[in-house]
Amino acid sequence: MDFNLLAFIWAAIIAFAVLAYVVLDGFDLGVGILFPFMKGEKERDLMMNSVAPIWDGNETWLVLGGGGLLAVFPLAYATILPALYAPIIAMLLGLIFRGVAFEFRWRTRRGKFLWDWAFAGGSMIAAFAQGVALGALVQGIRVEDRAYAGGWWDWLTWFSILTGVALIVGYGLLGATWLVMKTEGPVHDRARRLAKPAGIATLVLIGLVSLITPFLEQQYLARWFDFPTVIFSLVVPLLVLGCAYVLFNGLIRGGDHAPFFAAQAIFILCYAGIGISFYPYMVPTSVTIWDAAAPDSSLAFMLVGACILMPIILAYTGFAYWVFRGKVHADGGYH
Amino acid sequence: MFQGMSAIDLARGQFAFTVMFHIVFPAFTIGIASYLAVLEGLWLWTRDEVYMRIFDYWKTIFAVVFGMGVVSGIVMSYQFGTNWSVFSDKAGPVIGPLMGYEVLSAFFLEAGFLGIMLFGLNKVGPKLHFTATVMVAIGTLFSAFWILSANSWMQTPTGYSINEAGQFVPEDWWAVIFNPSFPYRLVHMTLAAYLTTAFVVGAVSAWHLLSDRENRAARTMFSMAMWMALIVAPVQIFAGDQHGLNTLEHQPRKIAAMEGHWETEAGAPLILFGIPDDDAEVTRYKLEIPYGSALILTHSLDGTLKGLKEWAKQDRPPMEIVFWSFRIMVGLGFLMLGIGLWSGWRRLRGHLFDDQWLLRAAIVMGPSGFVAVLAGWVTTEVGRQPYTVYELLRTADSAAPLAAPAVAASLIAFIVVYCAVFGAGIFYILRLMHRRPGHETPVEELGPTHAAGIPPAIDSNRARGE
Ligand code: HDD
Ligand code: HEM
Ligand code: HEM
Repeated sequence: MDFNLLAFIWAAIIAFAVLAYVVLDGFDLGVGILFPFMKGEKERDLMMNSVAPIWDGNETWLVLGGGGLLAVFPLAYATILPALYAPIIAMLLGLIFRGVAFEFRWRTRRGKFLWDWAFAGGSMIAAFAQGVALGALVQGIRVEDRAYAGGWWDWLTWFSILTGVALIVGYGLLGATWLVMKTEGPVHDRARRLAKPAGIATLVLIGLVSLITPFLEQQYLARWFDFPTVIFSLVVPLLVLGCAYVLFNGLIRGGDHAPFFAAQAIFILCYAGIGISFYPYMVPTSVTIWDAAAPDSSLAFMLVGACILMPIILAYTGFAYWVFRGKVHADGGYH
Repeated sequence: MFQGMSAIDLARGQFAFTVMFHIVFPAFTIGIASYLAVLEGLWLWTRDEVYMRIFDYWKTIFAVVFGMGVVSGIVMSYQFGTNWSVFSDKAGPVIGPLMGYEVLSAFFLEAGFLGIMLFGLNKVGPKLHFTATVMVAIGTLFSAFWILSANSWMQTPTGYSINEAGQFVPEDWWAVIFNPSFPYRLVHMTLAAYLTTAFVVGAVSAWHLLSDRENRAARTMFSMAMWMALIVAPVQIFAGDQHGLNTLEHQPRKIAAMEGHWETEAGAPLILFGIPDDDAEVTRYKLEIPYGSALILTHSLDGTLKGLKEWAKQDRPPMEIVFWSFRIMVGLGFLMLGIGLWSGWRRLRGHLFDDQWLLRAAIVMGPSGFVAVLAGWVTTEVGRQPYTVYELLRTADSAAPLAAPAVAASLIAFIVVYCAVFGAGIFYILRLMHRRPGHETPVEELGPTHAAGIPPAIDSNRARGE
């Protein structure tokens, strides 16, 4: 099918929603991942309070990613999800455990440790499952006759396990730098110490995944080494290194904000790299954006709503972050 | 555990299990969110402490219920893809944008203002805080609007065409959204959520009144709840009746199953009770009111109603389920009305809080709303069978290319996790309801975070460090 501007715009919006999800929920999943590394109830209370007022909004981007896909690229939704059946179910179960922990943890004294585990374990499972899903998507999904045509275990490979681990470590880095920015005292110090190995591990894993990816698919190889996209292949790694410098500089010299934004920038750059490799596929390498797109009447109807509502959403989300700005304190919330 | 079941039956079981858990939470949060907005409004208006105390009491409960609603809802939105991929591919262009609007207009609104509502009173001041509470309440209602529009379109599809890939293509969005059964379903479900909440609030306050007749917060709560029962229950029965007439027009075979009629007849009786048998195609041991059905549904004594035998066996919904679920819902509706009238009579006499038996009855009726909501949904959804999109797409043709072991494993996982997690949640909620209303958290301490301040579980007085 030919280029369709509506579908292209929608691909960009969905890509934005998923990126917003990774950028926002990444750090609060990361806070969960770091739970086991923090000792002491007070410390954990503080960690959780730093994300309690905003986590639900962050997770809603995941609902938009899924729901939006159903609305505007139903064929992609209908082939990717069955292909990733097990990791998706695992992610949902993980999100259940960590989501309820935000409330349940304060409702019991005897059982509090249980919900500590639910929060940490659920966050880790969700992060791992998302990473595995990403890896499986990069490897490609077989589609015949508008339906998933592969096996039930196709998603499970060394590569997808690698991307799963990479996402746990990467989210851990986001969580650690978030805590550096939002907390003081022992939690802050500990997070600063944890962020360094997490940063190094993240960079190593990014390097590994980037080295393997071009050899998975002909298309990626061509994208990465053909003109003009080869420019990106050169510039993106340089930018990642620049961000890494800012990250470690901030961590060592004591900046509180720089590490968080540098870590986020690394995520955004990697995400852009993946986007470049995928284009124009919605389901690599079998369904393109144009194949998957819903009829124009669906795309147009949703676009009206998105154009009006997305800026409003961004505005009040920003307002909510602003209300809870500054450091979180142990003794009674936010001051 | 599920040997010998087909993948599609397992997927149906999984959908039914997860959605029935999910709906319980929204039914409650839609109601409490509006209740909280009313309470805070009353507080701002009258500056009477008692409203803020009640607000605080239910706010904590709301937070727990809401959390469970969110996580069980996310499961729903991904399950369409994992288990019902053919349905997603074909109906996605219609259903998807409706649910997309739900995310954009409702979920973000709720989530964005929830944090401020729960933790932000000290930070933004009472006026803005009230705005946040109202936004959360509006969000829950928007959510009901869009999801019920989607569900109603599956019941009574209009405004579409079908393209060469077999997809439903929206032609007229107005007709899609405001499809024929939608207004009825929206009204009926919203009232259901309000009634559900009223009966929970009524039960909790009655329970505390039994041991402390003078508790002001409990008296206020009980009085408000009983007003709701008195006013909303009759409206709901009327709305349900209208809904039924609409269903007769658009889904007559569902009505036949609800009513227990096999044969088409003029002047059909109203079957109060009986035992339908799908294999033998009869309803046994009937207790009937002559001409009743004809009178209610056609408003004439000799109106003709179609029986289920009008349709081929493979095109019928299972009467054995629909018949019973419908009776449970209607029976509970009339019991609710009974409580409302009883309380109205007691109130007139000035004894609203003194009638031990009324208080006890209100406690017993506490969970009735949830049961009625579930029974109502079972009627609606099972009565739509064997189709997902009524008369256009069969359930059997909607499923993903699933392998039975994969679905069986996920179904078992959902059952185990839901029972454990939501079981714990319900236990915590009951414990929160055990707190005596009006005795906790002075208003000025209604803190930025419950999290930082109140480990409210066990003992609200001690926990506050008072
Ligand atoms: C507190 C909850 C509650 C109560 C007391 C009632 N209902 Fe109800 N009913 C619901 C909650 C509900 C529901 C959960 O909201 C349903 C499921 C789908 C829907 O639209 O509403 C429903 C569906 C539903 C349907 C199926 C419509 C369809 O899908 O075609 C009918 C005919 C009625 N109701 C009729 C009644 C009548 C005559 C009642 C009078 C006593 C009644 N309901 C009480
Ligand atoms: C199969 C159908 C359904 C799907 C796919 C679905 C999906 C969802 C999702 C994804 C969420 C979480 C939103 C967030 O992240 O904040 C949610 C919550 C919610 N849903 Fe559902 N839902 C369904 C049925 C219903 C029904 C029938 C109603 C009510 C009439 C409803 C009302 C709500 C409300 C009010 C919330 C907010 C959270 C809460 O109140 O607990 N949903 N739903
Ligand atoms: C929230 C309250 C709801 C309850 C309690 C409920 C209940 C059920 C039940 C019991 C079934 C299985 C029917 C059978 O196979 O015999 C079912 C199926 C289904 N329902 Fe609902 N439902 C609810 C809301 C919704 C909503 C809001 C939607 C759509 C937006 C929806 C879409 C479906 C679909 C796609 C199926 C699967 C296919 C099928 O078996 O019909 N449901 N539901």
